[in-house]
This record gives sequence, structure tokens and C-alpha cells, in this order.
Amino acid sequence: MNHFELFNIPVSFDVDLSTLPQTYQQLQRLTHPDKFANGSEQDKLRAVQKNSQVNDAYSVLKSPLSRAEYLLSLRGIDLKHEQHTIKDTVFLMQQMEWREELADIADSSDPLGVLESLEDEINQTIKSDLAKLKSLLDSDHAMAEQNAANIIRQLKFSYKMLSEIALKEDVLSDF
Amino acid sequence: MAFLQISEPGQSAAPHQRKLAVGIDLGTTNSLVASVRSGEALTLPDTKGRYLLPSVVRYLDDSEVIGQEAKQQASIDPSNTIVSVKRFLGRSVKDIQTAYPNLPYHFTDSLSPVMSVASGDVNPIQVSAKILNELKSRAEKTLGGELQGAVITVPAYFDDAQRQGTKDAAALAGLKVLRLLNEPTAAAVAYGLDSGQEGIIAVYDLGGGTFDISILHLSKGIFEVLSTGGDSALGGDDFDALLVEFIRQQSQLTGELSKSLHRVLLDKAKEAKEALSHEPVFTVQFEDDAGKHISVMISIDIFEQLIAPLVKNTLRACRRALKDAELVKQQVIEVVMVGGSTRVPSVCQQVGDFFQRSPLTSIDPDQVVAIGAAIQADVLVGNKPDSDMLLLDVLPLSLGIETMGGLTEKVIQRNTTIPVAKAQEFTTFKDGQTAMMVHVVQGERELVADCRSLAKFTLRGIPPMAAGAAHIRVTFQVDADGLLNVSAMEKSTGVHTEIQVKPSYGLEDSEIATMLKASMDNAQQDMQARMLKEQQVEASRVQENLQGALDADGLFLLSTSEIQAIEAGISRLNELAKGTDKDIIKAAIQQLDKLSETFAQKRMDQSIKRAFSGQSVDRI
Repeated sequence: MNHFELFNIPVSFDVDLSTLPQTYQQLQRLTHPDKFANGSEQDKLRAVQKNSQVNDAYSVLKSPLSRAEYLLSLRGIDLKHEQHTIKDTVFLMQQMEWREELADIADSSDPLGVLESLEDEINQTIKSDLAKLKSLLDSDHAMAEQNAANIIRQLKFSYKMLSEIALKEDVLSDF
Repeated sequence: MAFLQISEPGQSAAPHQRKLAVGIDLGTTNSLVASVRSGEALTLPDTKGRYLLPSVVRYLDDSEVIGQEAKQQASIDPSNTIVSVKRFLGRSVKDIQTAYPNLPYHFTDSLSPVMSVASGDVNPIQVSAKILNELKSRAEKTLGGELQGAVITVPAYFDDAQRQGTKDAAALAGLKVLRLLNEPTAAAVAYGLDSGQEGIIAVYDLGGGTFDISILHLSKGIFEVLSTGGDSALGGDDFDALLVEFIRQQSQLTGELSKSLHRVLLDKAKEAKEALSHEPVFTVQFEDDAGKHISVMISIDIFEQLIAPLVKNTLRACRRALKDAELVKQQVIEVVMVGGSTRVPSVCQQVGDFFQRSPLTSIDPDQVVAIGAAIQADVLVGNKPDSDMLLLDVLPLSLGIETMGGLTEKVIQRNTTIPVAKAQEFTTFKDGQTAMMVHVVQGERELVADCRSLAKFTLRGIPPMAAGAAHIRVTFQVDADGLLNVSAMEKSTGVHTEIQVKPSYGLEDSEIATMLKASMDNAQQDMQARMLKEQQVEASRVQENLQGALDADGLFLLSTSEIQAIEAGISRLNELAKGTDKDIIKAAIQQLDKLSETFAQKRMDQSIKRAFSGQSVDRI
């Protein structure tokens, strides 16, 4: 059973996020080891394993990035353990710019304001990348999967930038 | 399935036939036991009507004093009286002495925290077991029977070593652990079920030695922890330590204090802390080592100034936990206060200011955790087959492995809902390499040296191949108690290894068995009898469950010959379980497990499919 089948939804990048939590709760009630507290050791062990898949599936399906990565892995493209160098120069330039901006934040007169606008900018990029990702994953064009993989790689950088910004914000707004 | 259980003979739900289960709050300062009786969860008092058992054990030459009496004797016999032992669980001597430099105990080992006391050497797990055992016998006397199981609470922030230590202590005390439950989750259960609320709840838990903040989502009986944070070495004891330091400064007590004077000062500090929660000023009076009378006045302002940095640290953790859950504080509908240290008025007020609402304090903060644990124990032991309560906890600290250069690679991120399993692939870096070392750590920092070392193990028996050709898949499985299990498999050959992860400062299973033996009279025989009984109970559980499963789904999922094979296995186990050889019974259970493995898996998948097909019929 793959993650989509487990959650009883079609294998697709489009997932109805409003019903996902209900399915998750239902699966929890069926597979959580606490429901087998009086079962045999084997029953408990099996519940732990099945429930682990439920938890993993939920976290994968919830987020568009991991969902896309999982979809590609179902199609035989594994991005998890790869060593891949991004060659897109436009994207690399953009990354360098963002990183410089983040590094210079301490010298700014309004560091929180700068962080916020940087965050907005990255969120915009993520939004447009996700839209591209959706159409690529729906398409059956020969290059679609490789292009989708490239966008996923780039998205990982963008999300990493966001978490670094969050860390900086944490430090700056400490009380 | 619930129907089958109810209709089973001898399992009527009549009140006097309820299974006995308890919730235990194994606290740093005090411990409690609670149970659901006549539908209500109540803490169980001792014969003198006291429900709090101070977590203090005094060792005499050939016996122990536990609780209030031990606590009273702490200042006259400090080195034999182990106080707040929970702080030492799963920690090295170095960790302990760095965090608490003035401890009056003699550590006999440089690594593992073995303490020399009047009756010999004891470790923190044994001391904790004494406390658990005291609560167990209190409960058995009050409830009038043998306990079927217990839910024991731990701080959400406890790492694998500390959880394992708690579970081992329970095993030593002869308790069957139904679940290790996070203290904040237990507190939310105690409040949540009463009020039937739905939404986001923050649980602020400041105990004697630990601080936890948990953000939970409540919906239709499911308590889902979204994030946790805190500090496993911050609590009311630190307030006391600051007061002791203040008293020393004010009375010019420089240099080394005698152990008994230090203990007196600690007691005075606790007294001052409690008094200052309802009075503006308190005067501490005592005699120093030279017999000189000293008095020090402490005002509420001074006390609040002293603890302000610590309270601020807790609020910082609250903010981080909210951020981790991707929430803002306005979304929190209730704030639950847990732990004796939340009685300090300035703590309560600052938490209220932070969340912009007054915290819930209607259940005694000392009792709320035990009460919640008792409610879950009642459900888990099977007294409430129709309950829809389910508690989903998270992994408090990331699990990782050491990579080249002493760096950590995270395998499972913190705040992941447990149980969880993640696999990681490794390869060899030398031609013909047949073994590989794996170092498992827990923590958020990048350097291995800054994380807690959980275990080091060696994968052996890798078939000799060229460098990089072997693919070793290591699976990290965390169960619902937050405990880690690691297994490894070489993919090309299918060679499988199970690795039991035992924390560096805990006990081996064999050590627990030895201690159990030593703690029993007529050791050998009792031990054998007990282990045989355990296997027989497990055997009848396996038979009952499997027969029930066959009756329900056998015809639907299996062929006639498959059913016959399993039934033959059941009757074989039934015969063997009447014997007296526990190893034979164990082997028969394992054999039957193997035989029915596919059936059990089909059944679980079937139950999922059935649930969804019911749903789509509803939709039509």
C-alpha cells in the first residue's frame, strides 16, 4: 500500500487538504499501538509498524514539497539520497543574493523589516515554483519528470532559506 | 471488535471485575499514584491520608525508608538519602556533577552514576524502582488486588536514555507499563475530557527539576501533540538553589559548607519559596557550622528578581514551541498549568501575560498529571472498550547518527509524531570491509559532541565487497513510548541484524534480571515461576486474539487449508502452554506468530479498507 492508497486518495499532486486530517484520525484509530494494548507482542509490533507508515504518509502528503518528491519516487526517481549539483545559473545567482542579504542583516537599520521583505520574496518564488511543479507532474511530456526534479531541488533551497530566516528572526526578536 | 470482547465469557463489565490499572506521576520532588474508581480518577492516599509521596529514598544498612519520613531525615543523613533522583536518570556522573556541583552523594564510578549508600551501591534506576514499588503496593492495598498495568508519566523533553531508565525502573518494581506518557499530555487529558473542548491547548509544566511546554490539538477525543519544548534541567529546584546562593551571600557564608548545613539551607529556601507565594516578606533563620545564629530577610521583589531570568527562559521555549507548531499565540484557546512551581504567583502571571489569557488552575497542579495518566491507564487496560480517546505524542529531540568529521546527520526530526520509522542507507568505504560502526545521538546541535550519545554499535557480517558496493539499510524505529529500536540489513544478501539500543548510562536487560532476582525472596524459584507465568499469559493472549480474528475474518481472508494450519498451531500452543518449560512456550508463540503473520497483516489492511468503504457508502 503506498501513501496515497493508505489514505484512500488518487495518486496525484492535488490533495484535498481539508479532508486529510479526518482520514488521518480515522487511520490512527485503526492502527495506533494503544488500540492493541491488550494484544499479543506480535500484534503490538505490527501496530507500531503500520502506525509508523500512517504517520510518515501523513507528513509526506501534507506538504507539497515532500508530496512531489514522493510522487517522483513512485515513478522511479529517487531524490532522497542523490548528490546533485544545480547548474541553473539564474537560480544560483538568486540564491547568492539572498544569502548575502541574510548575512548583512545585522548591519541593517531595520533588520526585522528586511527579513520580512526577504521572506515575502522567497514565498513568492515558492508559490510560482509549486504552480510549475503541479503542471509538470500532471503532464506526460518526456522531460516533465526531470524538470520537476529540478524544481524540487530548487524548492528545497528556498525552504531552507525560510527556516534560516526564521532562526534569524528568533534571535533578533528575543526579549 | 468491541462486541466480541464484551460477549466473551468472564469479561463482564461489572464494576467489581474491572481490571486494576493506575497512573503514576514519577516526579522529581513528589510522586503520586491515581486510579479510576466508580468513573472518577482520584489520587490514592497512603494510610495517613497523604497523597504526595516525596521522591526521597533513605538507605539504611539493610532496609530503606521511602517518602515523607526519608525526606525529614535528609538533613541528618544526606549522603544516604537520595533526593530528586529523577534528575540523574540516563545521565553520566560528569553531566550530573556539572549541573549540580553540591550533591552530598559518593559516586563510585567515573561514568555511570552509581552511588555508595549504607546498604551498598545503588544506581538511579534502582532508586526510582523503590519509589515506584512503594506506590504500587499503596495502590494494591487500596484497590484490593494485583495491578494489571500502569501508565507512567515522563517529561515530554525526556530523551531516549531517560525514558528507557524510567521503563527499566518499572520493570524492576514489577509493574507492567501500558505506556510511558508525556506529562503535559496527561495534564491535558485530565482537563480536556472534563470540559470536552476542541482546539489548540498549551500546557505549561514547571516541576521540581524539569520544564516542559507542549502545544496540543484536541479533536473528537484525539489529543495530538503538535510540538514540545523545554529544558530537562530547569525547575523549582533551581529557584531553591538561587535562594540558597542569595542566603549565603547575605550571611557571608563563603567557602565550603558542611553537607548538612547545605541541606538545611535548601530546606529553608523551599520554605521561603512557599511562604513568598502568599506573603510579601519571609525571614530565614538558621545556625551556621560554627553554631552562630543567622537570619536573612527575603522580600517577594528580591525573589522575583532572582528567578526572572529562569521564567524568561521558559517563555522563550513557549514561543519556540508555538513557532514549531506553525501557530501564533492568539490561536491558543486554553493554557493548562502543571507542576508545583506554577504556584509561584509571578510565574502564573507572566505565563498569563504571554498567552494573553488566564491559565487553567482548577485541578491541583500537583495531581493533574497523575489523574490524566489514570484516565489513560483505565482505557488502555481495557475497562472502556468504547472510548475514542487516543493520545498522539511526538519525538521531543531529533535522532541522528555520527558522520565523518564528528558531525550529526539527522535521521528523524524532532516533533515528528510517534511511532515513527525511518531508514538510512550506509555503504562501506574500504574494499573487503566486513564491519561498520554506527553512533546514534539525540539532540539538535550539529556537532556530535554537543548531542547526547545514545548508543554505539557495530554492524558485523557484511559480506566482503569492493568499497561502496555494500548497501546497508539501517532502520530506526521509535515506538509510542518514544523508545528507539534499530535494525540493520545488508541489501544484496539480506543479512539481518537486530540491535538493541541501550543507553550508555542505563542497564542491560541481564542486569535488570539479576536485580529482579536479588530483590525477591527464594530468588531462583520465584523468578522461574514468574517468567513461566508471563509466558503462559502471553500464550493465552495470543490464542484468544488469533481465535477471535479467525472467527471474524478467517473465512473471508484465508483458504480452508490456511485456517486449518493456524488452528492446528493454536491447539499446539494450547497444549504446550500447560507445560512448565517457558522456553518451549516462547518458541511455540513465535512459531504461531510467524504462521499467522500474513493473515494478521491482511486483517489490518482489510480493517482500513472496510473503514473507507463504509465512508464512501455514507457519501453516496
